[in-house]
Amino acid sequence: MTRADKGLMTGAQMIVQALKDQGVEVVFGYPGGAVLPIYDAIFQQNDIRHVLVRHEQGAIHMAEGYARSTGKPGVALVTSGPGATNAVTGLTDALLDSIPLVVLSGQVPTFMIGTDGFQEADTVGITRPCTKHNWLVKDTEKLAETLHQAFHVATSGRPGPVLVDIPKDVQFGEALYSPKEKIRTHYQPKVKGDIDQITRLVEMIEKAERPVFYTGGGVINSGPAASQLLRELVEATGFPITSTLMGLGAYPASGKNWLGMLGMHGLYEANLAMHGCDLMINIGARFDDRITGRVKDFSPTSAKAHIDIDPSSINKVIRVDVPIVGDVGHVLEDLLRVWKSRGRKVNKDGLAKWWKQIAEWQAVNCLDYKNSEKTIKPQYALQRLEALTKGMDRYITTEVGQHQMWAAQFLGFEAPNRWMTSGGLGTMGYGLPASIGVQIAHPEALVINVAGEASWLMNMQEMGTAMQFRAPVKQFILNNERLGMVRQWQELLHGERYSHSWSESLPDFVKLAEAFGCKGIRCSDPKDLDDAIMEMIRYDGPVIFDCLVEKHENCFPMIPSGKPHNEMLLGEADTQGVIGAKGAVLV
Amino acid sequence: MSALNIKRGSTSHSAYDLRDPYAEVIETHTLAVLVDNESGVLARVIGLFSGRGYNIDSLTVAEVDHEGHRSRITIVTRGTPQVIEQIKAQLGRLVPVHEVHDLTVEGPAVQRELALIKVSGKGEARIEALRLAEIFRANVVDSTLESFVFEMTGLPDKIDAFAELMRPLGLREIARTGVAALARGV
Repeated sequence: MTRADKGLMTGAQMIVQALKDQGVEVVFGYPGGAVLPIYDAIFQQNDIRHVLVRHEQGAIHMAEGYARSTGKPGVALVTSGPGATNAVTGLTDALLDSIPLVVLSGQVPTFMIGTDGFQEADTVGITRPCTKHNWLVKDTEKLAETLHQAFHVATSGRPGPVLVDIPKDVQFGEALYSPKEKIRTHYQPKVKGDIDQITRLVEMIEKAERPVFYTGGGVINSGPAASQLLRELVEATGFPITSTLMGLGAYPASGKNWLGMLGMHGLYEANLAMHGCDLMINIGARFDDRITGRVKDFSPTSAKAHIDIDPSSINKVIRVDVPIVGDVGHVLEDLLRVWKSRGRKVNKDGLAKWWKQIAEWQAVNCLDYKNSEKTIKPQYALQRLEALTKGMDRYITTEVGQHQMWAAQFLGFEAPNRWMTSGGLGTMGYGLPASIGVQIAHPEALVINVAGEASWLMNMQEMGTAMQFRAPVKQFILNNERLGMVRQWQELLHGERYSHSWSESLPDFVKLAEAFGCKGIRCSDPKDLDDAIMEMIRYDGPVIFDCLVEKHENCFPMIPSGKPHNEMLLGEADTQGVIGAKGAVLV
Repeated sequence: MSALNIKRGSTSHSAYDLRDPYAEVIETHTLAVLVDNESGVLARVIGLFSGRGYNIDSLTVAEVDHEGHRSRITIVTRGTPQVIEQIKAQLGRLVPVHEVHDLTVEGPAVQRELALIKVSGKGEARIEALRLAEIFRANVVDSTLESFVFEMTGLPDKIDAFAELMRPLGLREIARTGVAALARGV
C-alpha cells in the first residue's frame, strides 16, 4: 500500500488541504527556509492562489483588506524568525480592529527549538499578546485539527487574528488528516442576548426623548444581515444614528437619520448628540478614547445600553445601565421583535424636539472649509473624489493621519465592507497593502487608497505586488510634504515647534510610478483635478496619484485630548491655547 | 494583607451584590480559573495581568485532571470592583479558559496556603520557636541541632503572623505555595 492509500499526508499537504476545506481561495505570503515544504505543496496544486508580497507586514495588511471587504478570514503565510516578527504590526492591527486572520508561520524543526537556530524566534511568545490565540504545533498528527480550530477561533465570537507556528519537521512529517467536521472545541461564544435586558432596552426606547444610536465595527463584523437589521431599526424608530470610524457603511451615509461619524474628528452634530442624549444605544462599538474624550464628562445625562459580543468590552471604560452580551445581528433581531410586539412605540413629541435641536447643530456646517482657487485643499480633493466615484462599485482604504480623517468626513459609504482603515492601532503603511488585498478579492471593483505621502512610503514596496498580480489599485496620495497630523498637534500643543514633521527628499511619485511600471499622475491645480481623477479611474492598471495639496491645512472639527464632546474646536479661530497640560500627556 | 479582608456586605452570602460598582475601594479577590493544560497557558494568563496592569498577590497552578488535561490556576488579586470585573471578563475570553470563579463573591470558600519556614538558633530562642510552632500547629519536617524547618498550612495571614514571630528568633528562609482555594459545600 502506498502512503496515499493509507490516507497519510505530509504536514505541508495537510496545510493545503485544510485551507481548501476551509474555503480559502487566496494566501498572501513570502517564502523562506522554514516554510519551503509548504511552498512545495502550494506549487503542486491549483486550488489556492498565492500572492507573493514584498514584505511580511504587507502580507498581513493585504489579508486584512481581503477579510474586511469579504467578511471571510484572511490568510497569510510567513517564514520563521524575521518573517514572523515582520508580521507583528499587522497582527496587532487586526487584533485591535477585530479582523479575522489566520497566519501560518514556519518554525525551526522541533529538535532545534531553543537553540537559537538560524532564523529562530519565539514566535508564539512574541505574538501571544497580539493574537486572539496562537498555537505551536509540535506533532504532525495534531496539525490538521489545530488548523481547523484556528479558523474556528479567528471567526467565532469577536473575530481576531490567530497564528499557527509550524516547525519544519512537522511539515515534513506524515500523519492522517482529520477533516474539518471532526474538530472538538469548547470555544463557543454566546451570540444570543439576554431577553430581559433586551426588553429593558425596548422600554427605554419607547420613552426616550433624546435617543442616539452609536454604532461601531461590531455591526460590520456581525455580517450584512446585521447592517440590514440596523437600517430597519433606525428607519422604524426614527432615531438619529452616528458611527465610529470602524462602523462606517453599516448605515448608509445618504440615510436621512445619519449624523456622520463621531469622535475626535467627528461631526459637530454627532458629538453634541452624544453629549446631550438621554438614551445612548451602543451597538458593536467599544467606547474607545477617540470617541469618549474626557471619560468623566462623557454624555453626562444619558442612560446607556451596550450591545457587544465581548463581555470584557462592557463596563471597561464607561459604565452602562443595560449591558447586552451577544452578536449584534442576533440581538437586533430580538430587539426588533420585542419592540414590534409591544406596539412599535416611540416618544414622538420628544423626538421631534430632539431632531429640531440636531438640525440647529447641523446648520453649523462643521465641515466647512475655506477653499482656494490656487491650491488644492485636501478636503476639496476628497469632495471631488467622492463626487466622481459615487455610485461606482467602489472600495476605499486609507493610511493613517489627517487624510484618513478627511476621508471619513468627506466620503460617503452606502454599504458595509467598503471602507478599510486602521482604526485601533493607527498603523501608517496599512492602506496600500490593504487596497491590494481588497482588489484581489474584488478584481473588477474600483479600489482607492486615500493616502498621505508619509504613510504611503512606509509600505510602498507593495506596488511591486500590485504590478505582479495585476491589481489595478489607485493610490490617491494627498501630498502635503508634512506628517500632517503630527504637524497639527505640534501647532496646537507644542508651540508651533515642528520637530521632524516634514518630509524632505520625497521621491518624485510620477517617476516612482514609472519605475514600478505603473501610471503616475501629478496634479497641483484645482482646475485640473477632475480630469486627473477621471484619468486615474479610467486607467486599466495601478496608478500613483500625487495630489499636491495645501501644506498647512488642519483637520477640524477636533476634540482636543482631555476635553469632553461639547468643547470641540470648529476651526482655526478656536485653536489658541486649547490643550492643557493634562491633555498634553494624552495622545 | 489578608485574602479574606472583604468589606461586609460585599459577598454573595446575601442574595444581592451589594458592592458599589463605582467604589474606588481596593478589594482583594481570589479567582479560580480552570484551563486546558496546554503549553503557554500560564504565560497567557500572566501576560494578561502584566499587559493590562493588574496585580497578582499570589498565584498557584497545577494540573488537577490528568485525563482531561485541565489545570486549576488560583489567583489572588487586588483592584476596584470595576477592575476585578474586567479581570474576570478578560480571563473568560482567553481561548483555553473553561471557567472563571470568583471565590470571594460566589459564596463561602476555604483557602489555604502551605509554607516551609526555616529558623536557626540556639538555647532559649530555639525552644521558644518550637513552642510557638506548637501554638500555630506548625509541624517540624526537618531538624538539626541548630535549625528547624517548620511546615504550616493556613490562611496567608496566619503564615504572615508566624513568620513575624520567627523573625527575632532566627528566621532564615520561607517558601510559600500561594493560596489554593475551593468553594465550600457541594
